[in-house]
Amino acid sequence: MMASSYNAKDEDGHITMSGPGGGTLRSKKPENTAFKQQRLPAWQPILTAGTVLPAFFIIGLIFIPIGIGLYVTSNNIKEFEIDYTGVDMSSPCFNCSQNFSWNSTKPCTCTIPFYLDQPYESNVFMYYGLSNFYQNHRRYVKSRDDSQLNGDMESLTKPSKECEPYASHENKPIAPCGAIANSMFNDTLELFYNDPNGTKIQIPLTTTGIAWWTDKHVKFRNPGGNNPNLTAVFQGTTKPVNWRKPVYELDADPENNGFINEDFIVWMRTAALPTFRKLYRIIQKKNNMVPTLPRGNYTLEVVYNYPVRSFEGRKRMILSTISWMGGKNPFLGIAYITVGSVCFFLGVVLLIIHHKYGNRNNSADISN
Amino acid sequence: MDFTLLRNIISRYCVGEENWVDSRTVYIGHKEPPPGAEAYIPQRYPDNRIVSSKYTFWNFIPKNLFEQFRRIANFYFLVIFLVQLIIDTPTSPVTSGLPLFFVITVTAIKQGYEDWLRHKADCSINECPVDVVQQGKLVRTQSHKLRVGDIVVVREDETFPCDLILLSSSRHDGTCYVTTASLDGESSHKTYYAVPDTMAFRTEREVDSLHATIECEQPQPDLYKFVGRINIYKDKEEPVVRPLGAENLLLRGATLKNTQHIYAVAVYTGMETKMALNYQSKSQKRSAVEKSMNAFLIVYLCILISKAVINTVLKYAWQWSPDRDEPWYNHRTENERQRHVVIRAFTDFLAFMVLFNYIIPVSMYVTVEMQKFLGSYFITWDEEMFDEELGEGAQVNTSDLNEELGQVEYVFTDKTGTLTENNMEFIECCVDGNVYIPHAICNGQILSAASSIDMIDSSPGGYRREHEDLFFRALCLCHTVQVKEEETVDGIKRGIHQGRPTSFYISSSPDEVALVEGMKRLGYTYLRLKDNHMEILNKDDEIERFELLHVLNFDSVRRRMSVIVKSSSGDYLLFCKGADSSIFPRVVSGKVEQVKARVEQNAVEGLRTLCVAYRRLSESEYVEACHHLTEAKLALQDREQRLAQAYDIIERDFVLLGATAVEDRLQEKAADTIESLHKAGMKVWVLTGDKMETAAATCYASKLFRRSTQILELTKKRTEEQSLHDVLFELNRTVLRQRSISGLSVDCLDFGLIIDGATLSAVLKPNQESAGHGNYREIFLEICRNCSAVLCCRMAPLQKAQIVKLIKASKEHPITLAIGDGANDVSMILEAHVGIGIMGKEGRQAARNSDYAIPKFKHLKKMLLVHGHYYYIRIAELVQYFFYKNVCFIFPQFLYQFFCGFSQQPLYDTAYLTLYNISFTSLPILLYSLVEQHVTMETLKREPSLYRDIAKNSLLRWPVFLYWTCLGVFDAVIFFFGAYFLFDNTTFTSNGQLMTTNTQMMFGNWTFGTLVFTVLVFTVTLKLALDTHHWTWINHFVIWGSLLFYVIFSLLWGGIIWPFLNYQRMYYVFMQMLSSGPAWLSIILLITVSLLPDVIKKVLCRAMCPTATERAQDEEKLLPGSAAELTPLSFRRSCKGMSTDSSHLHLSAVDTLSLRRSDPLPHKLLAHLAEGGGADLCSLSPYMLRLSGAGFAYYAPGPETSV
Repeated sequence: MMASSYNAKDEDGHITMSGPGGGTLRSKKPENTAFKQQRLPAWQPILTAGTVLPAFFIIGLIFIPIGIGLYVTSNNIKEFEIDYTGVDMSSPCFNCSQNFSWNSTKPCTCTIPFYLDQPYESNVFMYYGLSNFYQNHRRYVKSRDDSQLNGDMESLTKPSKECEPYASHENKPIAPCGAIANSMFNDTLELFYNDPNGTKIQIPLTTTGIAWWTDKHVKFRNPGGNNPNLTAVFQGTTKPVNWRKPVYELDADPENNGFINEDFIVWMRTAALPTFRKLYRIIQKKNNMVPTLPRGNYTLEVVYNYPVRSFEGRKRMILSTISWMGGKNPFLGIAYITVGSVCFFLGVVLLIIHHKYGNRNNSADISN
Repeated sequence: MDFTLLRNIISRYCVGEENWVDSRTVYIGHKEPPPGAEAYIPQRYPDNRIVSSKYTFWNFIPKNLFEQFRRIANFYFLVIFLVQLIIDTPTSPVTSGLPLFFVITVTAIKQGYEDWLRHKADCSINECPVDVVQQGKLVRTQSHKLRVGDIVVVREDETFPCDLILLSSSRHDGTCYVTTASLDGESSHKTYYAVPDTMAFRTEREVDSLHATIECEQPQPDLYKFVGRINIYKDKEEPVVRPLGAENLLLRGATLKNTQHIYAVAVYTGMETKMALNYQSKSQKRSAVEKSMNAFLIVYLCILISKAVINTVLKYAWQWSPDRDEPWYNHRTENERQRHVVIRAFTDFLAFMVLFNYIIPVSMYVTVEMQKFLGSYFITWDEEMFDEELGEGAQVNTSDLNEELGQVEYVFTDKTGTLTENNMEFIECCVDGNVYIPHAICNGQILSAASSIDMIDSSPGGYRREHEDLFFRALCLCHTVQVKEEETVDGIKRGIHQGRPTSFYISSSPDEVALVEGMKRLGYTYLRLKDNHMEILNKDDEIERFELLHVLNFDSVRRRMSVIVKSSSGDYLLFCKGADSSIFPRVVSGKVEQVKARVEQNAVEGLRTLCVAYRRLSESEYVEACHHLTEAKLALQDREQRLAQAYDIIERDFVLLGATAVEDRLQEKAADTIESLHKAGMKVWVLTGDKMETAAATCYASKLFRRSTQILELTKKRTEEQSLHDVLFELNRTVLRQRSISGLSVDCLDFGLIIDGATLSAVLKPNQESAGHGNYREIFLEICRNCSAVLCCRMAPLQKAQIVKLIKASKEHPITLAIGDGANDVSMILEAHVGIGIMGKEGRQAARNSDYAIPKFKHLKKMLLVHGHYYYIRIAELVQYFFYKNVCFIFPQFLYQFFCGFSQQPLYDTAYLTLYNISFTSLPILLYSLVEQHVTMETLKREPSLYRDIAKNSLLRWPVFLYWTCLGVFDAVIFFFGAYFLFDNTTFTSNGQLMTTNTQMMFGNWTFGTLVFTVLVFTVTLKLALDTHHWTWINHFVIWGSLLFYVIFSLLWGGIIWPFLNYQRMYYVFMQMLSSGPAWLSIILLITVSLLPDVIKKVLCRAMCPTATERAQDEEKLLPGSAAELTPLSFRRSCKGMSTDSSHLHLSAVDTLSLRRSDPLPHKLLAHLAEGGGADLCSLSPYMLRLSGAGFAYYAPGPETSV
C-alpha cells in the first residue's frame, strides 16, 4: 500500500513535469522478442509462375509413367463376370428366380455354362456381386451388435436395441441379431471345369482367408471362449429368421464356424455403395506348370436361395486375378495419365505466360 | 458538456417541485432535523457494498448458461444437440454435444474465473477499514457497513470509500486535493472545497455537533455533475442554505492528496456511487467482417436447409415403391411403421439437418474469438507504438474491432492534442494592437525578466499604460491554474531541479498554463491563491493581492471564462478571456479593429488566439451579479441553464484589452502520417473547435491540404453573401465539372473542403419549407465524397459526432475512424466504427472511451497500415477458409445420400465428424490467423497504397466468397467421386500385405468414408499451407503436426477395440486402407487434383493482373536485401503529376509557413542555446525576425518533411 502510494506520487510528478519515465513506468515497455514484435524468422514462399513451373513438370513426369504402369497392370488382370439373376426367360435361373419362396424346403438349383477364352494364371478370386442392394442404408448399417459378435455372453442373450426388428424371434434372442446378419448371402456357388474329353471336374474352392485377419481373430469371436461345443454355447438363442440353419452350423470346420465363419464376416462388412461385390472363394494355384483356370468351358452351379428380384437387384459371379495393386482398376491409371498430362500441359502454358508477363514485370521494375 | 442530455435526465426524473421524489435528503450523522423543518420522506439507501461480480455461487450455472445460450450460435448448436437427443438421428448426440460442451465449458470457466477475481476484489474493497465518527468518537468499521449520512474520516493517500460531501479538512481554507487518476486518468490534483459554514470543524466532537441535512439529486453517472444544497441548523434559527456542486463532492475511487485528513459525509453509497454507475459497459460495436460473416452464415443456413429439404423430398420420391422403402432385408420396427408419414418426413428433415449441421461450424466462433483476443496482444506488445515519454504503449479496449482497422475509409481527427502536441507555447500578446513578445525561453525559465518586453509601438501614453497593466493582470488573474509548490515535490526531484524555482503550474487546460507562464516571462508572476486572494508579483517585484470573488468557469458552449476580483484599492473588476467570436460581440469599446487584425493574422499563422476584455463593476453592479450567481448556484433544478443565463447577463459591455497567441506545435510525424493515410486511400477530416484560419494553417502544415488542393469554402462568411442553397449547388457543380474534365486521371484531382459549425448545422437542419431544396444533406455528402480532405472548424463536440454519423449513414456505409484526445472527442469516438483515443494531456477520458488507445498520432500509421492490414487479411482468410473447409467436409456427405437411399447414413465415423473442426483442422488456421504476414511490415509501412487492396471488405465480398464456396464444392466432388469410381468400378481392395496372407480383402463403407476423410484433411490443410506466405517454425509445427496428429489418431482409433463403444466399425479400417497400394495412389492423386485449380488461379492472377500487394511480394522476393531502397509502388500506379506534386511543394508561401510550424528544429536550437548560457543573438536571428512580425522567413525543411 505504501509503496504503491509513493509510486503514484512519482507518477504525478512525472506527468506534470513531463519528465523522463521512472523505473516503474519503464517496465511497462513491451518486450522486444521476435515473437511479440511479429518478427520471427520466416520462410516466405510465393506461388508464381516461375516457382510453380518445375512442380508442374515434375508432377507431369511422375504421374504419366505411374498412370501408364497402372493402366497396363490393370489391363493384364483378367476378369470374368456372369449375371445369374435369371431375369430373362432364356436364363437358366429364370425358374428359380420366379418360384422363390422363403419357406421352400427343396433348394432350387440352376446351372450356367460359360467359356473362358484366356487361361487364368496364379490365384483366382471368386466374387459374388449384388446390385441395387442398399447395404449402406442407415437402418441397415447400424442394425448389428458388435459386442454380441465379439463373443459377449450378455449381448448374446440380450441383443442391442439397434438390432430391432431383428433382435428376437418368438421371445428368443436372435444370434447373430440385426438386419445385416439376417440378410446374409446364402447362395451356394460351385464351379466345374468341363474337360475337353467330357468329364466335369469340380474346382476346389478355398473358403478361408477371405476376411480381414483382424476381423476373424479379434473383432469376431464366438461366445464361450474356446468352448468347441458351439451348439451348447448358442443354447437359448434362435437363428435369424431368414436363415436356413443356425449360426453354429455354418461350417463343419470349427475354426470357421459360428461368428468367425468367414463368409459371415465378409457379409458383415457393409459395402459402401449399392452395387458391390464381395469375395466368395479363392481358387488356389496348385503348381507352376498348369494355369489355375485353363482356357475352356466351365459350369457354374448355383443353389438359388437369395431373392433379389423384389428390389430389382442383380446377382453376379466374378472371377478375377489380382496384381500388386489389387483388382482390375483402369480408372486409377487413366486418372493418373490424365492428371499428369494436364499438369504437363499447364506447365507449358505457364512457361509461355511466365516468359511473356515475367519479362514485362521485370522490365517495369527496372524502368522505375 | 452535454447539457441537453442532462436536462433530459433531470426533467424526466424531476417533473416539478410538487412531486420532487427524486431528490434525497441526507441527515448528517443521522440526526433528525428540528421539527417542522421539512416533510420527512423516508428513503432506503443501499449499504456501501460494491458488487461488480455478475454471479453468485448458486446462480452461476443457470445464469451463465442462460447468458451463453443467448448467443445465436450457441443456441443453434443447442437445438441441434436436443434434436439429436430426441429423435433418432444419423449421428450420435456426442458429435455436436462434445464441441458444444467444450465451448460452453471453456467460456464458463473463463467467465467464472473472472467473476471469482471480481468477487475477491469486491471482498477486499468491501472489507476495507473505514473510520466513522459516531457520538464524537472515531469508530473503525468496514467499508461495506457505511450508510448514507455517516460522517467519514479519510486520511492522506486513502481512497474515498463512497461519494462524500466534504465538510472540513485539515487545511485551514477548507480545501483538499484529490487525484481522480483511477476514475478518469487525470492525475492532476484537483481542489475540492468545503462549505464555509462547516470548514472550521477540527475535531470529531465538533463535527459530531453539526446539525444539518443535505438535499441532493438522486445518483446519476456523470462524474462531473452534482447538484445539491446543505441546510445547516443552528439553534432555533432559520437554517443556513448553501449550494453544493461537483466541487464539494468527493468521488469514490479518487484519492486524497496533500491533505492530512478530511471529514466528509456519505451521500451516495455502494452501487449508487458515481463510480459504480459508470461500470456500465458501452454498447457493442460490430465490425464489418462480423457482419459479412453473419451474412455468409445465413447463406450457409439456407444451403443447409435446402439440402435437407432436397434430400427429404428425394427420399420420399425415391422410396415411393415399397420395395425400396422396405426391402425384405431391411424392415422398419413396428413403432416406426405406425408413425404418421408427416411426422416421419419431419423427423427425416431434422435428421438431415443434423447430418449436415457441421457446415456451420461451432468452432468458427471460438476460433474467431480466440483470434481476436490473442491477436490483439500484438498491438499492446508492439514496441514501435510504445512512447518513452509517456511510458505507455498502445492499449486495446476491445478486441472485436481489430480487423476493422484495416477497413477504414474515413478518418476523423481532432486537431488539438491529436495532430498537434497540445504543448502550448506562449508566442505573443497584443494590447490594443501593440505586440509584446517574450524573448527566448528555455523550459519555462525567464532569461532576462526586465528587458523582456519588446514593444513594437514605443509611444507609451497614459491610456495605453493603463490598458497594458490591466491586460497583464487580467491574464494573471483570469484562469484556474494551480500552483504546485516546492514542498510537494519530494527529495529526488529537488536534486534534479537544483537552483531553480520549483513551483510550477498545473491546469486542466494547457493554454492557461502557457498564458500564465508567458505572463511570468513578461514580468508578471502569478504566485498563489491564498485565503481567496490571488497574489501577483508584478514587474517591479511588488506583490499585488486581489480578492477572488467569483469564477465563471469555462465551458465549450460559451467558449470563454471570467473572474470577478476585488483589487486592493477596492475596485470590482471582471476579467474575461475567450475566443474572439465570443468576446467581440460583447465588446463596447477598445481598439477592436487593431486587435481583430492581429488576431486574424495570428490565426492564419496557425496560432491559437484568445481575446481578453474587462469590465469595471460598480458596487451595485457587483451585488446584482452576485445575486444572479448565487441564485443560479442554489437552484436544484436546471442549474446549468440558470448559470448560463446568469453568465450571459454578467459577461457584457466589455472593454477590449487585447489578444494572446499561443502556439501548438504539430505532433511528430503528423504530416507523414496524414500523407500515408491519404496514399492508403483514406479520406481525412479534421474536426476542430478552433478558428478556421488556425485550423487551415494546421491542415497545410500537416499536408492535409497541399498546394495543388483546390479549397472549397462552405463557411458562414460565404453563406451570408449567397444563400446556402446556391453555394452548395455551385460547389457541387465545380466538383462534378472537374471530374468530368479530367476524365481518366481522377487521381490528380484534389479538393479540400472547409466548413464551419454554423453552416454545418444549417446543412443538416431538416428544411421544412421547400421540399425541392430540402435535400442539402445529399448534396453536401456528394461534395464531401469528392474531396480528399475536409476541414470542419468551429465544431461543438456533438457536432463532431453528428458529422461522423452523417458519413456513417451515407449510401456506401463507409467505415469511419475517429481519433481524438479530449473529452470533447468522446462523442465522436463512441459514434465512429472505430474509436481511437490518444493518451494526451487533456486527461484520459478519450482513451477510456475509445476502442484503442495510442500514445501519439503517428502511431495511427502503424495501427492501420500494418496491424489493421494484417488483422484484416488474417480474419478474412479465417472466415473464408472455415466456410471452405466445411463445404469440403459436408458436401461429400450430401452426395453420399444419393447412393445410400437418402437414409442419412453418415459418410464419416463419429469420431471424425466430431474432431474434424475441433482438432484436425482447427490449429493451423488459428495459427495462420495469428501470425500470417503476406508482405513484410516494412513494405506495408513503405507502401501505404497496399491498403487500397483490401479496402471495402474486398476479401470478403460475395464474388470471393462464391469462389471459395465453389472451390469447396469442387474439392468435395473430387473427393467423393474419386473414391466412388475407385470403389464402384473395380475391386478396390487391399492386397493384404500388412497381414501374412497374400490375398485381397474387401473394403466397406467405413473405409470409403475414411478414404474421403483422409483426402479431405490433407487437402484442406495443404490448401492452407499454399495460402501461407509466412512460414515460421510455429506454422511448420502446427501444419505438419496436425496432419501427423490425424494419422496417429486414426491409427489409435482403429487400433483398439474400444470397450466403451457399442460399435467397433472403425477397427483396423485405417490400417487396412494404408496397406493398399491403390489407396495411397488415389490419395495422392485426389489431393493433387483438388489443389490444382486453386494453384492455377493464383498463379494466373498473379501473372496476368497482379495486385499491388502481389507486386510488393514479388519485389520483396526479387531484392530481399535492398527492398527498402525501392521506389514506392504507388508512384507507378498514380499519375505522374501527383507524385511530383506531393513531394516538392515546399516553396509555396503557405507551405513554407506550415513547414516552419511543424519544424522542431529552431525550437530545439533555441532551447539548446539557452541552456548553454547566453543567447547567441546571431543564431537566433531568423527566429527573432519572424517573431517581430517583419515577415515570413524561409526555413529549410526539417528531416521529416523530406521525401
